Amino acid sequence: MANGRTETATPKRPRDAASDGKARPAASEPAPRDPRFETLSGIPVQPLYTPADIAPDQEARVGRPGEFPFTRGLHPEMYRTRLWTMRQFAGFGTAEHTNQRFHYLLAQGMTGLSTAFDMPTLMGYDPDHPMALGEVGREGVAISSLEDMEILFRGIPLDQVTTSMTINAPAVVLLAMYIAVGEKQGIPPEKLGGTVQADMLKEFIAQKEWICPPRPSVRICVDMIEWCAKHMPKWNSISISGYHIREAGATAVQELAFTIADGIGYVEECRKRGMDVDEFAPRLSFFWDVHNDFFEEIAKFRAGRRIWATLMRDRFGAKNPRSWQLRTHAQTAGVSLTAQQPLNNVARVALQALAAVLGGTQSLHTNSMDETLALPTEEAATVALRTQQILAYESGVTATPDPLGGSYFIEALTDRVEAEALRYIHRIDEMGGIITAVERGYPQKEIADSAYRFQQQVEREERIIVGVNKFQSDEEVAIPVLKIDPEIERRQIERIRAVRAKRDAGAYSRAMTALRDACLSEKNLVPFVLDAVRAYATLGEISDVFREAYGVYREPAVF
Amino acid sequence: MTAPASQSAPSAGTIAEQILSGDARAVARGMTLIENGSPEGEALLDRIFGKREPAPRVGITGPPGAGKSTLVAEYARLLRGEELQVGVVAVDPTSPFTGGAILGDRVRMGEHATDPKVFIRSMATRGSLGGLAARTGDLCELLDAWGSRVTLIETVGVGQSELDVAEASDSVVVVLTPESGDAIQALKAGLMEIADVIVLNKADHAGADAMEAALRSSLAFRGDKGWKPPIVRTIAIERKGIEAMHEALLEHRRYTGAAERAAALRREKTRLRIRNAVRDGLLNAWLERQDFDAELDRAADGVLRGESSPHRAARDLTERMIRHGERTN
Amino acid sequence: MARKIRVLVGKAGLDGHDRGAKVVASAMRDAGFEVIYTGLHQTPEMIVQAAVQEDVDAVALSILSGAHMTLFPRVHELMKERGIADVLLTGGGIISKEDMATLQSQGVGQLFGPGTSTVAIVDYIRDWAAKHRGGKVPAAG
Repeated sequence: MANGRTETATPKRPRDAASDGKARPAASEPAPRDPRFETLSGIPVQPLYTPADIAPDQEARVGRPGEFPFTRGLHPEMYRTRLWTMRQFAGFGTAEHTNQRFHYLLAQGMTGLSTAFDMPTLMGYDPDHPMALGEVGREGVAISSLEDMEILFRGIPLDQVTTSMTINAPAVVLLAMYIAVGEKQGIPPEKLGGTVQADMLKEFIAQKEWICPPRPSVRICVDMIEWCAKHMPKWNSISISGYHIREAGATAVQELAFTIADGIGYVEECRKRGMDVDEFAPRLSFFWDVHNDFFEEIAKFRAGRRIWATLMRDRFGAKNPRSWQLRTHAQTAGVSLTAQQPLNNVARVALQALAAVLGGTQSLHTNSMDETLALPTEEAATVALRTQQILAYESGVTATPDPLGGSYFIEALTDRVEAEALRYIHRIDEMGGIITAVERGYPQKEIADSAYRFQQQVEREERIIVGVNKFQSDEEVAIPVLKIDPEIERRQIERIRAVRAKRDAGAYSRAMTALRDACLSEKNLVPFVLDAVRAYATLGEISDVFREAYGVYREPAVF
Repeated sequence: MTAPASQSAPSAGTIAEQILSGDARAVARGMTLIENGSPEGEALLDRIFGKREPAPRVGITGPPGAGKSTLVAEYARLLRGEELQVGVVAVDPTSPFTGGAILGDRVRMGEHATDPKVFIRSMATRGSLGGLAARTGDLCELLDAWGSRVTLIETVGVGQSELDVAEASDSVVVVLTPESGDAIQALKAGLMEIADVIVLNKADHAGADAMEAALRSSLAFRGDKGWKPPIVRTIAIERKGIEAMHEALLEHRRYTGAAERAAALRREKTRLRIRNAVRDGLLNAWLERQDFDAELDRAADGVLRGESSPHRAARDLTERMIRHGERTN
Repeated sequence: MARKIRVLVGKAGLDGHDRGAKVVASAMRDAGFEVIYTGLHQTPEMIVQAAVQEDVDAVALSILSGAHMTLFPRVHELMKERGIADVLLTGGGIISKEDMATLQSQGVGQLFGPGTSTVAIVDYIRDWAAKHRGGKVPAAG
């Protein structure tokens, strides 16, 4: 058996194979490469797909792009009329640094902003909190007060760009800050366009950036959905995410199922509040991972749209066709990138991006080749953006919607992925819904099992990762790595102390008292957080109010 | 090169002194000696025996997902609020296939993770043929010497471990939830037999009333054994009901502490403890001395060849071992 | 009674990506280790107190946030203060080769980057324990 160091390209001829006494196929046909072809979710892939593999009612099941159930895409012409948004995640260091990176990317042709925050911000800590030690400005931009937010968007007219903010536990604070910055630019909330991720259910399942336990966290998400439905018609108040679930180890089917289950959970909570589904559903958005299994990912996108449309119309009685549409952002799979031979990642990302486009995504982030080592360098981030531009302008795949529609394989696989996901969704319904399932650790356990199984497959070389367990090389390609200046932490601490010192103490304490009271009531918290933010309360201070009111979450160890 | 631990290891007497002065590292190392069944461990136990008042041991068991860890963490918080030093032994199952274990109970106890007056030790069952209760009890003795005023023993109520927990504890709390119906069927009457206090956690969930009623009726079947286990409702994650559980435990302690009962209980426990230790000691000594594995292989081969039934083979082997023991004495 | 290798597996700092830590913990369990899994959001103080109380042979930290040059040295320092400098400090995550070398020169053990097999990590700890902790159980059958 080859030791995996180098491998010839010639396939083995039957008489070279091990003499194990097994019957050989006819001499003219080489032995099959792998007796077991499966998608990453474990769905067996047949040696051939024919018309017989397509369901008899295929035309009705699949429909046309822009029509229920939207299997083929949300719009009749898709990218012929308008390309997907090229939205590259950016954020590091201080607000000034990220503001510079924003301006750079906008000048390079990026069409929407996407903000990454540092760990202390994501977890609701100010830079001078002991838990923030060593982490300020590292994995994203440090935003602790309205002052930071104003600097972050300096020179960027908020009525002319859309901004996605990847923030969850303290999302209501960042949303309030964005609105306040808009106010200072003379732009009212109803003119602001963008997304705040604010999907706490997937935090408990996968990403694990939380402050409070599940039920109060979901309450705050619903507050945002409710408030934005009334005051921010162009704003996506939640991005129901599969990306993190996938990255934590879920299969494509599990990613699809748990994300949709989360969506069902939010819809049910909103309806419990008395909202009409058509009031808020058009502004729910989604976020998929795009992983390596090319056709399975395309099937997942298509199945996702079909499942959601059917649920919204038939289970929740939505009347507005825009309520039936699963609008999604997509990001190529970070977890599929390798530190070994990082240039290979450019090829991976290109294929994944193509799958997302053939899957019909509304917006796309492509990872940079050096992202396993650290935050991307400017050069690597540019190549990632160019990958999308090459797809859009050179490849011709935008000329017609859902180019793979009607393919025997794609339709069969879409049906299969849908069926498997629905099984999970039914099981979660039977448990009493996703919040209960999360409290019991059900999706967490499924994910841990899939992750462990995958790792074992890789270590047994049943799954190949090029450059890692096959085609390895000894040389190390030097990719310039972005180093974060530890001065940033010191400066950010100084700045937050200055903000606390110079703000109007009276306005601050009135706003915080009102917020504290509101937390213990049934009132919508968004206006109270807005007042606190305008009074320059810090992110950490507002998060502490939540900690006091709702407690701090500790998860069970689920294996 | 190699630096085997025994070369520079302190004596049992030294470790004992360190433990009595509250040295956590010494406690931990003492616990390892005991878990590994080493003679140094036994010497250590001899040294610390009777040096401190034993702390009441509260066993907390129940089906997975009942919220035991959260309850233990919240109870420890209450006890710390009364300035009491707290010991926690958290038991999790060893995988019968690999011999390894994931001990994850500390995760929920983050609040106490830097409190020097809370000692948390995670213990794997290690697939013992009995001996788990003894080992748990031994660790509790070290915690007594360290200065614990209450020791909490947390286990999952599956397999035999709930019986072990009963043996090692002075009071047993069985934690259930409104959803535990199936679990109780599966886990049989055992749980109900050993419970001194029943906690109905997640009491805000649907079905709490029905579950409480079901529990009351199954308790009625226990007959009148003197102590009637109260049913306490809690919502551990919101810190509700912990005081009530504490009161129930204090009440149980007063009940068992009443002179007549206490003496009889103590005698029974001591007898049981010695009996189990002798049983384990004899068995281990014999197994080591008589090349048991080889005998076992021979017996198994015989059975596989069809020469005798497994029962016969076992009986023969036992008789031979007894005769051998008599001869060498 | 057999001696077991006890390893603390935890994540220091705020980063919540525990897929790697859990996979490694599972592999260690399958190799016959007792894994004290302390989970997320551990401070150096929490980790070291746990290491002391659990009398572990090794502390294995997973750090993907880039804060390893602050966190590993701090944990190491506390281990020395609390008298458990003889315990192995290892781990993995997104750590450059240069940083690994710097940490190793300070007394931290071998560290493992992305794509490392669980077998490599398990073998490393088992070999280290056999050399330094004496008399540990050999590989599970």
